[in-house]
Amino acid sequence: MKCNRLVDAGRRQFLRGSLMATAGAAAATVLTPEQAKARALARVDYPANRLANIADLMVNEPMDISYPDADSPGVLLKLGQAVEGGVGPEGDVVAFSVLCPHKGWMMSYSAADKTLNCPGHHSRFDCETGGQQVWGHATSNLAQFTLRLDDSGDIYADGVDELIYGRLSNVL
Amino acid sequence: MAYKRQIDRLPIIPADAQEFNVTCHYCIVGCGYKAYTWPMNRQGGTEPNQNKFGVDLSEQQFTETEAWYAPSMYNVVRQNGKDVQLVVKPDVNCVVNSGLGSIRGARMAENRPSKVTGTQAQRLSDPMVWRNGVWQPTSWDDALDLVARVTAAVITQGSEDDLVVSMFDHGGSAGGYENTWATGKLYFESMKIKNARMHNRPAYNSEVHSSRDMGLDELNYAYEDYELTDTIFMVGANSMETQTNLYLNHMVKGLQNGARFIAVDPRRTITIASSEQFAGPENVLHLAIAEGTDMVLFNAILTHIVDNGWVDAEFIANSTFQGGEAVAQDEAHPAALGSLEHVMATCRTTLDEAAEICGVPAADIAKAAEWIAQPKEDGSRRKCVTAYEKGIIWGNDNYRTVGALVNIALATGNVGREGGGVCRLGGHQEGYYRPSDAHVGRPAEYVDQYLVRGLGGVHHIWACDHYKTTLNASEYKRVHKRRSDMVKDAIDMAAGGSRAQMVEAIVSAINAGGLFVVDVDIIHSQIGQNAHVILPACEANEMNLTSMNGERRLRLSEKYMDPFGNSRPDALIAAGVARNMERVLREMGHDAYADQFKGYDWTTEEDSFMDGYNKGNPEVTYDRLRAMGNNGVQEPVTGFENGALVGTKRLYTDGVFTRHGREDGKALFCAAGWRGWQAPGKAREQAAHRFWINNVRANIFWQNQFLDQKNDFVQDRYPHPFVEMHPDDMVDLGLNPGDLLEIVNDNGVTQGMAYPMPTLKRDTVAMVFGSPAGSQGNVVSPGVNELVLPDYKHTWGSIRKISDATPAARKVSFKSHEVVL
Repeated sequence: MKCNRLVDAGRRQFLRGSLMATAGAAAATVLTPEQAKARALARVDYPANRLANIADLMVNEPMDISYPDADSPGVLLKLGQAVEGGVGPEGDVVAFSVLCPHKGWMMSYSAADKTLNCPGHHSRFDCETGGQQVWGHATSNLAQFTLRLDDSGDIYADGVDELIYGRLSNVL
Repeated sequence: MAYKRQIDRLPIIPADAQEFNVTCHYCIVGCGYKAYTWPMNRQGGTEPNQNKFGVDLSEQQFTETEAWYAPSMYNVVRQNGKDVQLVVKPDVNCVVNSGLGSIRGARMAENRPSKVTGTQAQRLSDPMVWRNGVWQPTSWDDALDLVARVTAAVITQGSEDDLVVSMFDHGGSAGGYENTWATGKLYFESMKIKNARMHNRPAYNSEVHSSRDMGLDELNYAYEDYELTDTIFMVGANSMETQTNLYLNHMVKGLQNGARFIAVDPRRTITIASSEQFAGPENVLHLAIAEGTDMVLFNAILTHIVDNGWVDAEFIANSTFQGGEAVAQDEAHPAALGSLEHVMATCRTTLDEAAEICGVPAADIAKAAEWIAQPKEDGSRRKCVTAYEKGIIWGNDNYRTVGALVNIALATGNVGREGGGVCRLGGHQEGYYRPSDAHVGRPAEYVDQYLVRGLGGVHHIWACDHYKTTLNASEYKRVHKRRSDMVKDAIDMAAGGSRAQMVEAIVSAINAGGLFVVDVDIIHSQIGQNAHVILPACEANEMNLTSMNGERRLRLSEKYMDPFGNSRPDALIAAGVARNMERVLREMGHDAYADQFKGYDWTTEEDSFMDGYNKGNPEVTYDRLRAMGNNGVQEPVTGFENGALVGTKRLYTDGVFTRHGREDGKALFCAAGWRGWQAPGKAREQAAHRFWINNVRANIFWQNQFLDQKNDFVQDRYPHPFVEMHPDDMVDLGLNPGDLLEIVNDNGVTQGMAYPMPTLKRDTVAMVFGSPAGSQGNVVSPGVNELVLPDYKHTWGSIRKISDATPAARKVSFKSHEVVL
């Protein structure tokens, strides 16, 4: 049985390592009239990413995913019991960001009570109530990924309902 | 499904945004934050030179990054008459919180009033006067004139004892040195009001008389002592839940450095659970004593320490009183004070006696004594920091119980030294600077009962809501409403008359038993429903505000936005009351009395600061505090050197104790004699009801619940006041999670939402304190101690179901609060 804490430590290191990219050249801060006309929708465009096939999921066994991109880790869950917002034939498939919205620590899944738990400061979120913070320090509930299933059972994520920790735009 | 904000991106703080120092105004810890404001038509960009952080924001930021803020940290507010964008985020450079934000403070921006985003629409914007059956907005001049005319008429016809004042005494949101000084000057210098009380207790008094009588100020350490200590001894407090970042940023560091943790609490708290995670269960000792028996436990620990010779003999000899009894027990001192040897005759308690009364194993009590005081294997002394709060402050026999706890710290020399201290953890920040309150007397008047008896004619209320936060609240509310309704009726009957006729009608109603109520607050509170004049105040950051935190760290929290509407700082409202009192009294021909109200020619809150705090502390000015930033300076301030204020890291490092005013500088021990339930009526109530109704706090809205009454994130989590119960008790009563229940006893009734909590003992419940939607004070008896300290914590009642769970309650998660790693 894998130790949640060690898995988390490894993930955190990976995440830090991936963030070494240097900043690009500074851009002009004042837009020309043409540019101002061309840019900026009011909301971000979310990609539709295939996360898995429904057949890949085992009840109450978390699957590591990422969405909307590789730097935003998440978890795909088949809870075994229908929940509000769940998809799939049983209405029990959900996906969440696993970055704690308090300080961005990587959270681990507790299969015993279907919660995501933060090793940093002990916040925890209920995967059966749409990521409600059961107890903790975050000022929002947990970002949940919007899912849809196609006819072949492929599960796609195509939206997020809260700001993901560590980015001021959910799509970078 | 849980509430979500559906925000997918936030405006970026531009590199040239204005920056302000902010001390979170909600709780005692006073975490440092930074506020950034910038114009509506500007925004930063993702390139490093386009944003305040100087980093590439097109990349994912890492754990604990400075360069991220949550949607709750953003708003649009008014600044110098213009709408601006605002971000308030934790300050990584503040030594108090090192960048950590709490679930309260990290919502400061969202909890600002904004006509643009609609947040805090409940905030009062204009003075209001009861006219024609409703509250009518009016000018400051009109409202203050009525306040002064009625107040002056009543206190000149009768006496100043007819004016009852409820006023905050603390720092942070409603208080601070500016506002406590102004109200203090008005009521204690211009007048000598005796019938005053504070926001959370029914008299004008200390919550820790005994510590002060023993010579110790109750905030005597530095937060870093938790990092330097061998043992953290926490009594009746739950810091992970309440003083969150004190726990996470200081206590946890201590635990990770090898400190042990002792918790005295009848219930298993989230602090205990987290301490087991951080320190290992073998380093955490939970003494789950029977409610109200803390004093016996402390006496047994002290006895065990003394009998094993683990006392600090040198400290006792040099710094504590040696001559037997120093202060006799009397009306103002619920216990005698004196030397250790003298008080041991009273305090001596065996482990077995304590085990019997407290309901915990004798071996655990011995273990606590060892962890506190047994010298280490190399013979060196063990350091212990003692922290306590409402569990004993609002507990049984406050004076003796607090005294018994301070005894242990004194006997082991754990005061004024690194890794030591015996301190209350606190609720609000502190910010007390007032003229002498000696005229109030000791014991002070039990003001709630004074009003209930029909005494007093005018009630000035400053940021207090006794509907939610007083004891015996059911009766208090009934009487307060009845008496204030008499005045409302009189006002309605006199409609259309002149000001003089109106004042005469009000005074007649007062003389017939009515009560004229003036409510100064930021929102229209529940007790404000009884008000005849409502005066809108503003809070920190809508004004400059100075306060000190639980380690006496003084900061200036800067004004970054305008007061909402026509609201004003309390300091300037008090000045307005005073100036109107002077004018009206002079008109009435009371020139000498009118002269007492001179000296309020202030135009800013800084004027009040300079008139009060600065006169006693001439080194301290706004400019100097601003330069000290979010780390400020620890009081007392002793000088100004090399461009910086010089403070005091911890008190009593010289072993000289002064809080009691004794010239010998010697600390006193307390003869804490156990007498069972001290407050009248408690034993009878316990015998009559099945459930002990403990009152507890929740991190999500501790100290700011009044602001969260319409906050969707908070209401989604707790749509009703929670009443935690053992699941087996819920089965007994036919309660499902989320069902509404009623708690009933002879004092009154309150209601809440059943919340299963398997870690609770049977036949006890833990109800959230101070909820606007279910006041726990309704069922608390009027019993107090000799010095009028309330015993909120000991209430017993019967419970019955009143409704199935509401739709909102059915969406709530009822899972355990304890982290599973």
